Amino acid sequence: MKSSSSKTVLVMGVILTVLSACATPTPAPTPVPPPQKMRLATTTSTADSGLLDNILPDFEKKFNAKVDTVAVGTGQAIELGVKGDVDVVLVHARSSEDKFVADGYGINRLDVMYNDFVLVGPKEDPAKVKDVAAAKDAFTAISKASATFVSRGDNSGTHTKEKSVWTAAQITPTKDMSWYLSIGQGMGETLLFSNEKKAYTLTDRGTWLAQQSKLPNLIIVVGGSTIAENKDKGLLNPYGVIPVNPAKHPGVNFDLATKFAQWITSAETQKKIGDYGKDKFGQALFYPSR
Amino acid sequence: MAKISLGRRSSTLADSEWLMTDSQNDPLSAISNMLDIISLSLFVSGIALIIAAIIGVPLGAMLALRQVIFKKIIMLIIYTGMGLPPVVVGLVVYIFLSREGALGWLGWLFTPSAMITAQVIIALPLVVGLTASAVENVNPELRLQIRSLGATPNQAMWTILSEARAGVVAAIVAAFGGIISEVGAVMLVGGNIEGSTRVLTTAIVLETRKGDFGLALSLGGVLLTLTLITNFFLLNLNKRK
Amino acid sequence: MQRLYKTLTPLFQLSRIRHNYNGRFVLDIDDLTIQRGELFAIVGPSGAGKSTLLRLLNFLESASAGAIRYKEHPTPPLDLTRQITTVFQHPILLHRTVRENVDYGLRLRDQRDPKRVDEIIARVGLAAFAASAADSLSGGERQRIALARALILNPEVLLLDEPTANLDPHNVSLIESIIREENEQRGITIVLVTHNIFQAKRLAARVGLLLNGKLIEVGAAKEFFENPKDERTKKFVDGELIY
Repeated sequence: MKSSSSKTVLVMGVILTVLSACATPTPAPTPVPPPQKMRLATTTSTADSGLLDNILPDFEKKFNAKVDTVAVGTGQAIELGVKGDVDVVLVHARSSEDKFVADGYGINRLDVMYNDFVLVGPKEDPAKVKDVAAAKDAFTAISKASATFVSRGDNSGTHTKEKSVWTAAQITPTKDMSWYLSIGQGMGETLLFSNEKKAYTLTDRGTWLAQQSKLPNLIIVVGGSTIAENKDKGLLNPYGVIPVNPAKHPGVNFDLATKFAQWITSAETQKKIGDYGKDKFGQALFYPSR
Repeated sequence: MAKISLGRRSSTLADSEWLMTDSQNDPLSAISNMLDIISLSLFVSGIALIIAAIIGVPLGAMLALRQVIFKKIIMLIIYTGMGLPPVVVGLVVYIFLSREGALGWLGWLFTPSAMITAQVIIALPLVVGLTASAVENVNPELRLQIRSLGATPNQAMWTILSEARAGVVAAIVAAFGGIISEVGAVMLVGGNIEGSTRVLTTAIVLETRKGDFGLALSLGGVLLTLTLITNFFLLNLNKRK
Repeated sequence: MQRLYKTLTPLFQLSRIRHNYNGRFVLDIDDLTIQRGELFAIVGPSGAGKSTLLRLLNFLESASAGAIRYKEHPTPPLDLTRQITTVFQHPILLHRTVRENVDYGLRLRDQRDPKRVDEIIARVGLAAFAASAADSLSGGERQRIALARALILNPEVLLLDEPTANLDPHNVSLIESIIREENEQRGITIVLVTHNIFQAKRLAARVGLLLNGKLIEVGAAKEFFENPKDERTKKFVDGELIY
């Protein structure tokens, strides 16, 4: 009894499959090749800003491509490029980028855009650094006051920038200092942590704007409310796009990666980048390099 | 005790990035970092295991031996607890311990105390459930016979636990493996703070994010070795008794 | 040797015991007294309720209805119930050495007596295995350990549930001789459940027949076997009751 009814189902299934295969679809005017795949490694803060979700569809349509974005820490993003696991890298850590190219893993680096970093801290501002012009002076004050400071501690672009400010202030914070907390996590987590601890931390403006509503205990203390108002030029954060060198990894889609680099630095896309965020946050999140 | 390092630094930021001495480049501090991480991992998971065992083993035995009302429902909850995603436990503990949370006044968030708390909660269902199962597998006639020798219900419970020790040790081993390899909860409630709440698993995540796969793998190897050694001791406890 | 009891002192008094088990009625005993120092055998077919009765006597279970008094106490405290111990038909030993199994009961009472432990182990003929794992011993040897772990407690009452049912003749006679010794020389009250009429004849001073949970007849051994009052007792003694 059972086997005969399952046989019926099988036969019906075969008939249906054959019928649907025979059914001719409405013929397309010209055959469309399947989209090319391109893997892009970028940082979590870049992905979190939402910029890529906003502009990538344009690239995908123009070039019949499908972009797989892998968002990881800066170090890991570069490492993915070194290994050839991605076709192109988009990060904001100049020294790491230069090393990436110098070692031959990346080729034809282009400037894309820049945003800035701001120092955020508790409303109570125990170190009294609100509206200080230079970040290094604020850092010095924080160190002197032993006010809690949270570092990303993960060699990301933000962390690298933070370290350079400490260097400018001629201070070397270590984990033995109880006010300096190095937590080795992404920007979003670091901001939430700082909110919880009511501590100071350096953040890129984009993530700050996106997360602000979840961070009731924090305000911007150094950097002003827009990039234009940021008095510390050292807090500017440039982004670079680097296709992976096909000489090192012949399997990468170098052609499409190059097209991507050119497209993202084209006048049209650069304008889009400069407009992104205005409607949502009342200000641009990024400044185009051109 | 602030360490302030004065020295000539290049004025342009790009150069200073190159000159920045990274503590990771100094082998002595790298080793001391590694030792801190290893000892914290052992401390947190060790204490959590001990607490979970002290509470969970007798609880599991009682569950198996006594006529408990709603026993089936309790066992259902415990078995579900065994499969609870640790990161969910971490999330709930985080919510309770955060500033606005019910237990925020404890000040435990981002300290080892929070990590131990989360790990106890993760380990407990494993210990209780597997102990109860092991005890249930002991011949029920045994209880009758040792009671006829004069054992009080409490004494009987401990004797039966001793007879079920293979299963009880297995429960503890399973719980230890679960908590020392857990990363989601300890990351959430501990914060991965260098020098105070960074353990092997959270360090592995960090080094992977930084692209230092080699170091991440080494840390993974250390974790495996630690688990191996601990299990060796735990299983020997089984034989020696 | 000499009987240590001169007067009849009731040790156990059972009145109107009705016991249910999983909805089934298993015991219905109106009246039974067990005297101090006697060796009382309970015989009957399997499933008659003999083991249940022993459990009640050892206060491991409470009767569904009725009272059992031990030394006048209906609910004796721990120090009194610890005077009673049982040797079961299938002894369950601990996963430990023979010595540790034998002194287990002493340790429950916070006592130590390593010399006596070894003496008892020798008495049951297992001196050579004192340090061996109890799990490694044969059925007869395990029963001897069970006897040793009971005797070391110096019980006032020894309950035995088919203690030699599965054993070879050598073990049977060894255990029977120990039982007899304990009763005659130390005055231990013994309640022996057995389906072996010959064993009952060899050992008991008084015998009772339990049939379907009811005590059909209780009497001195001689009368019980040679001149039973009840028809069913006669049939049982003659081996006619099939079980």
